[in-house]
Amino acid sequence: MSFPLLTVTAAVPAVGAILTAAVPAARRTAAKWLALLVSLATLVLAAVVFVRFEPGGERYQLTESHSWIKDFGVRYELGVDGIGVALIALTALLIPFIVLAGWHDADPLETSSKRWRPTQGFFALILMVEAMVILSFEATDVFLFYILFEAMLIPMYFLIGGFGDRAHSGSDENAAAQRSYAAVKFLLYNLVGGLIMLAAVIGLYVVAGNFSLTEIAEARANGSLEMATSTERWLFLGFFFAFAVKAPLWPLHTWLPNAMGEATAPVAVLITAVVDKVGTFAMLRFCLGLFPEASKWATPAIVVLALISIVYGALLAVGQRDIKRLVAYASISHFGFIVLGIFAMTTQGQSGATLYMVNHGISTAALMLVAGFLISRRGSRLIADYGGVQKVAPVLAGTFLIGGLATLSLPGLAPFVSEFLVLVGTYARYPVAGVIATTGIVLAALYTLVLYQRTMTGPVKEEVRELPDLRVRELAVVVPLIALLIFLGVFPKPLTDVVNPAVQHTMSDVQQKDPQPEVEAAK
Amino acid sequence: MNPVNYLYLSALLFTIGAAGVLIRRNAIVVFMCVELMLNACNLAFVTFSRMHGNLDGQIIAFFTMVVAAAEVVVGLAIIVSVFRARHSASVDDASLMKL
Amino acid sequence: MENLIALLIGAPLLGAAVLLLGGRRLDKAGHWIGTLLAAVSFVIGLALFADMLGRSADDRALYQRLYTWIPVEGFQADIAFQLDQLSMTFVLLISGVGTLIHVYSIGYMEHDERRRRFFGYLNLFVAAMLLLVLADNYLLLYFGWEGVGLASYLLIGFWQHKPSAATAAKKAFLVNRVGDMGLSIAIMIMFTTFGTFAFGPVLGATGETSEGKLTAIGLMLLLAACGKSAQVPLQSWLGDAMEGPTPVSALIHAATMVTAGVYLIVRSADIFNAAPDAQLVVVVVGAVTLLFGAIVGCAKDDIKKALAGSTMSQIGYMILAAGLGPIGYVFAIMHLVTHGFFKAGLFLGAGSVMHGMNDEVDMRKYGGLRKYMPVTFVTFGLGYLAIIGFPGLSGFFSKDKIIEAAFAKGGTEGWILGSVTLLGAAITAYYMTRVMLMTFFGEKRWQPDAEGHEPHPHESPRSMTLPMILLAFGSVFAGGLFSIGDRFVKWLEPVTSFEHGHPPISAGAITSATVAVMVVGVGIAYLQYGRRPVPVVAPRGSLLTRAARRDLLQDDFNHAVFVRGGTHLTRSLVYVDHTLVDGVVNGTAASVGGLSGRLRKLQNGYARSYAVSMFGGTAVLIAATLLMRAV
Repeated sequence: MSFPLLTVTAAVPAVGAILTAAVPAARRTAAKWLALLVSLATLVLAAVVFVRFEPGGERYQLTESHSWIKDFGVRYELGVDGIGVALIALTALLIPFIVLAGWHDADPLETSSKRWRPTQGFFALILMVEAMVILSFEATDVFLFYILFEAMLIPMYFLIGGFGDRAHSGSDENAAAQRSYAAVKFLLYNLVGGLIMLAAVIGLYVVAGNFSLTEIAEARANGSLEMATSTERWLFLGFFFAFAVKAPLWPLHTWLPNAMGEATAPVAVLITAVVDKVGTFAMLRFCLGLFPEASKWATPAIVVLALISIVYGALLAVGQRDIKRLVAYASISHFGFIVLGIFAMTTQGQSGATLYMVNHGISTAALMLVAGFLISRRGSRLIADYGGVQKVAPVLAGTFLIGGLATLSLPGLAPFVSEFLVLVGTYARYPVAGVIATTGIVLAALYTLVLYQRTMTGPVKEEVRELPDLRVRELAVVVPLIALLIFLGVFPKPLTDVVNPAVQHTMSDVQQKDPQPEVEAAK
Repeated sequence: MNPVNYLYLSALLFTIGAAGVLIRRNAIVVFMCVELMLNACNLAFVTFSRMHGNLDGQIIAFFTMVVAAAEVVVGLAIIVSVFRARHSASVDDASLMKL
Repeated sequence: MENLIALLIGAPLLGAAVLLLGGRRLDKAGHWIGTLLAAVSFVIGLALFADMLGRSADDRALYQRLYTWIPVEGFQADIAFQLDQLSMTFVLLISGVGTLIHVYSIGYMEHDERRRRFFGYLNLFVAAMLLLVLADNYLLLYFGWEGVGLASYLLIGFWQHKPSAATAAKKAFLVNRVGDMGLSIAIMIMFTTFGTFAFGPVLGATGETSEGKLTAIGLMLLLAACGKSAQVPLQSWLGDAMEGPTPVSALIHAATMVTAGVYLIVRSADIFNAAPDAQLVVVVVGAVTLLFGAIVGCAKDDIKKALAGSTMSQIGYMILAAGLGPIGYVFAIMHLVTHGFFKAGLFLGAGSVMHGMNDEVDMRKYGGLRKYMPVTFVTFGLGYLAIIGFPGLSGFFSKDKIIEAAFAKGGTEGWILGSVTLLGAAITAYYMTRVMLMTFFGEKRWQPDAEGHEPHPHESPRSMTLPMILLAFGSVFAGGLFSIGDRFVKWLEPVTSFEHGHPPISAGAITSATVAVMVVGVGIAYLQYGRRPVPVVAPRGSLLTRAARRDLLQDDFNHAVFVRGGTHLTRSLVYVDHTLVDGVVNGTAASVGGLSGRLRKLQNGYARSYAVSMFGGTAVLIAATLLMRAV
């Protein structure tokens, strides 16, 4: 029996979370360092997974399998394919930056009681989310995945509701009400999605008799498991609904701006860059893997929804007055691209979608964390409260601009590679959709540059005159992210090498071939 | 004597008890009416046991008596403490457990 | 030799990285580093040029492949370069004129505290433009294409504290993005049609697909070219881009950026040759822009904006020539190069004038400057003579060839195009003479500004005049050098192919007509601005003049349709999102809440009412059981 690397990778942050939570009230700084160390240890383990994974080998590697609930055939089954490896790497990579960026976000106010331990809780919850997300990328048992999918809502709920952004307009009570509204909305949306998925999970068990992704997929492929067309479609819809809420896809998106607006910037990054990726990841792995025929059946509708998400999210981003909500709507637009790439059912589209998940995580983290630094300085989230920051804090403005340029997919930065692949992949199968999605690049430029112009350029506003530039801790967050954006923008090969074989497997799941170029097809 | 008459008696007692529970406000009286209903049931059990020549009914009657005794202990304690706190034994006054 | 190609781009890119990351330590040496690295690029370019001349005409292209950029099944995008005669021409223009502009900026930006950063951006601009012309596939070209957009954004908005500059920069980027959309769609069509987007395979396989596909690709490429080259209908950013420091304007208008569109069309010659419909649209766009820019240039009092209108018009000539097919490609590029010299010279001259005039840009407040700035006057004057096509100077040769080619298009089209280009030449002569007269001739018209500082016009420092002198040499001699023995045609012919056009009237007649309309244009301008004193306050002017001052209402149109419409759209969408999409969900929640509110009334707290429901329930259950039995 080999070393259970995947379990350990998920267990380290889980244990770390418990330890962090147990740090005494007075040793707040120790809790922070502990959390940072644990997240770095997880990063090392994720790097080991990345290196140990052989792109040319088996589809699922580093597998582990133990019986769990015998009566229902539930197993503790883990295994990663290239897509999972890439997303585990992304998660493990982002958490140290999230911890570092949120270093002071949960310091207790001076008026709070001495025994109050919010800091410990904050970092413990972040590590808990990390553990669950990593495990959900590893789970190849549908039931296990479902449990994690739901369980990660609990720490997220407390992170959103318990640790709001201290920069808000209006009174404290008002802000608290807003925050708990956002947290409850987040929870309810995702619970409803999860409930419908639960029904589908049970339905799947009734039809298939077990929960193993690999077994069911194999049985479906070799014809030993027949599924009535309508059954397959209903089950697909059940799964897809839950993932579409999480992703989030129009019109199930409205929880995201609230949650990202009210949460602290690092938690907002956690939501959009890490937790939401579980939704798009699950579309690839479960929707396409288990229900290939139904996926093809639903594709036209989903492509339309994705297109609406792209254009609608971008247009709403243009109309926002709150920096964080603007980034949230931009994310909705980007998730539209990811879903579009997945359901274009071409190699380029799906590779692009997978890369997009990783790249969007990094670019949103860069933009959002810098925005968070800015907001914490001035104590306001409103765009109109800023102006001329460039003159006062040039490094902050410069990094903000690079984050923005990544968001608008400038070539040379990582998101361009993925966005272009998605566009090309979509165009190959649905030319009209490809062209409509391309308008997204103009709108992205619009909302990013308008944001930059209003906050960073122009005459210096009185209130921002004393704004300090980025500090060492903040630079330690931003610089590696930007370096990574540039590196993956000009040399995405390390990532594509891992992702390509997995995409080929998914393509064979749905039994789709890329459309042949016209000229070659003629030959 | 025809055992069926005991069943009639049991039904009568049960009805009296039920009416008492529904009509009376005094907690003690309500409580006694509950006891009356329980004992009506006991009577019915024992009668059926006799009619069918099966001991199960009598055993259940013993169980009921044990449970009733335990219930009396808890119930009376609650009633007494409520009376001490509120100086009233009316069940309608104790209507705080609502949304 | 081919390994040097990457260095062409690498040198200025290194400069940009060093200068932008180096921090304040490099403030003292930053401009030297930037200039040096741009010069290094030029020197490497010269070395490669010498090497290229040493080989036979068919064997001049060099290729360098670095690595695979995006390796995805069926989608191989390489970082690979191609240096042929066309790219070489651009490399020399970009790095040569670019270096001169670097030198000029040393003096021009001397008092700007962010000079180091300015040079970093300039280097970035040069690097991106070199990447654009050296790429061997369309995706890498797109990389450079957007890099140019970014650099122009940073440079146009260099003085970000001015809201107008920040807005102009944003506008330039956005309008360019609309064009970029065209380029990315073109690449998508290429990929689905040819399975690749490398120049060789795509351009070599144009015969194997339908004309409709090629027309679509061509039109999308044209859209891209319109964005970068400021052609109608995406021309509106160019005038505002004058908000940037003047060396930036020179760089954008002469060596980089606006020339990219012409490059793209000439590079894709095979596609356009096989798609006559797309070609026709190219010609029309060129002709319309040619007149549009010229008319705008006539009405502007801002010296830089007048020159900007002129650029638009001259690029219109090039696009028109490129749309004519093999009879025009070479001349489009030739005009591009000569234009690079004289337009850079004119802009640097304008910058020199502004430098001596406290950054005043209104020509009505100049006058008689030839006495104060002799070097600027002479160099600007030579650039002026070149652009109006004075016989013997650069512009004469290149423009005359385009006019000839336009007539040679044949039929009614040829006559229309020929007349348009001739008319454009007349207007060019008119507005450039106007600029010349208002700036350097007549009486001095400047007055002390609000704070009582009177401008003291003076000649600019050596670092600024030297580039102007060198560019003036180019303006005078380049055209003749290229034309003697058809050198330029022979140089580019292997890449772009060339056919001799046969105009319906003799070449001599066309040349005479060109000179004649030029003289007429100059004459009218002289009558208006040379014989009479120029009023300091602009007269109201005719309807056309007023419209032209407002850039022929293009901005008003954009504002009314896109800005206002877009604002309304986003506002209403925000409302819809809040009330409708979110409202449905919140409404569901509210109705569930209302239902539970009613249900909770049953929980009244009276033990006896609970008892009633228990009895009732039991009774119902028993009754049901009995009934079931009975049935």
